[in-house]
Amino acid sequence: MSDLPALIRVFAYLSLLTVGGGMAAFPEMEYLTVDVHHWLTQQQLVHLYSMGQLAPGPNMMMIVAIGDWAGGVVGALVVLVAFFAPTALLAYAAGRAWKRLEAWPWRGSIQKGLAPVSIGLLLAGCYSMAKGAIFGRETAGIAIAVLLILMHYKINPALLVVAAAVVGLLSFQ
Amino acid sequence: MSEVASPDAGAANRVPVVHIFRAFLTIGATSFGGAIPYLRDSLVVRERWLEDPEFVEMLSISQSLPGLNATNMAVLVGQKLGGWAGATAGLFGMCLPSAVLMFVAGILYRLHGSYPWTDAALKGVAAAAVGLVLSTAVQLGRRSLANYADLVFVALTVVMVVQFHQSVLTTLVAVGLLSILWHRPRARRAGAGSGAAS
Repeated sequence: MSDLPALIRVFAYLSLLTVGGGMAAFPEMEYLTVDVHHWLTQQQLVHLYSMGQLAPGPNMMMIVAIGDWAGGVVGALVVLVAFFAPTALLAYAAGRAWKRLEAWPWRGSIQKGLAPVSIGLLLAGCYSMAKGAIFGRETAGIAIAVLLILMHYKINPALLVVAAAVVGLLSFQ
Repeated sequence: MSEVASPDAGAANRVPVVHIFRAFLTIGATSFGGAIPYLRDSLVVRERWLEDPEFVEMLSISQSLPGLNATNMAVLVGQKLGGWAGATAGLFGMCLPSAVLMFVAGILYRLHGSYPWTDAALKGVAAAAVGLVLSTAVQLGRRSLANYADLVFVALTVVMVVQFHQSVLTTLVAVGLLSILWHRPRARRAGAGSGAAS
């Protein structure tokens, strides 16, 4: 329970890093939750994130599980608020301002300028995750197969995640 | 500047908060594999609360801001349809189903995650998640990277985080500023004549 202040600090901070998607915050999340606070292991984090891909809704909801492990039900609620409230307030403020800034020349600059950075952060997050998730021919094959299928076919990614679970079941048991 | 309603739409087309909550609760409970297609299907096609161009614009705002696309969209759309109450309803509806689901899943994982068969299945799932993130990066890259300079900024971001272990925040600010300056409004160039990018 004494972890509550740390949970608030960590997840409020992480929420501000999620530019372009939750994956952008992954390297920092791994460092803070695994290395600094020892709330879970790197493998558990990767597993939880992956399970989150099977759930509907916002794809970083696995943070609730981390909150529960570190601080029970209260921890889960605290993490939920800390992670979603700051960016929700920001989006609310920006939604009002953005419309009025339509003629502001820097508006386009900010959008165009942040696009490559958010893609870079996405890739860096992917790299952090791959370090834990890709460890041999089978896992590399699964990742590449999912990438290629999604690039060429319009298919619900959740189906591929389920298929990968079956492949994992058959090859690692 | 606090009480300015959205400038173009009058208060006439306000949507009841309950309807906003119900729509986003449905999206939050069914959007397997990413919220964006489900958002468009519900908001543009089914409910007709938004037109496509406005949907795309809100999406690009969502992507430029910190926060997940799903929740930023819920706030922005909820705000447009029903002010602060609408934004709150959208956010809660979007988050509620998966929050409950992941809470339960987390407990089950802690109790049963170490069986050989769950461990094996999760290894497959984790590898698939890597492919999933890569494909998102590729799709976003195709859509929003305009030239080689953008690729340099992508590479710089990756190298700073992965190679030099800079925090995501430092990287975001440093490379973000550089990249925004690179994309600065072109019209100003002739008149202002400020220092060229070094």
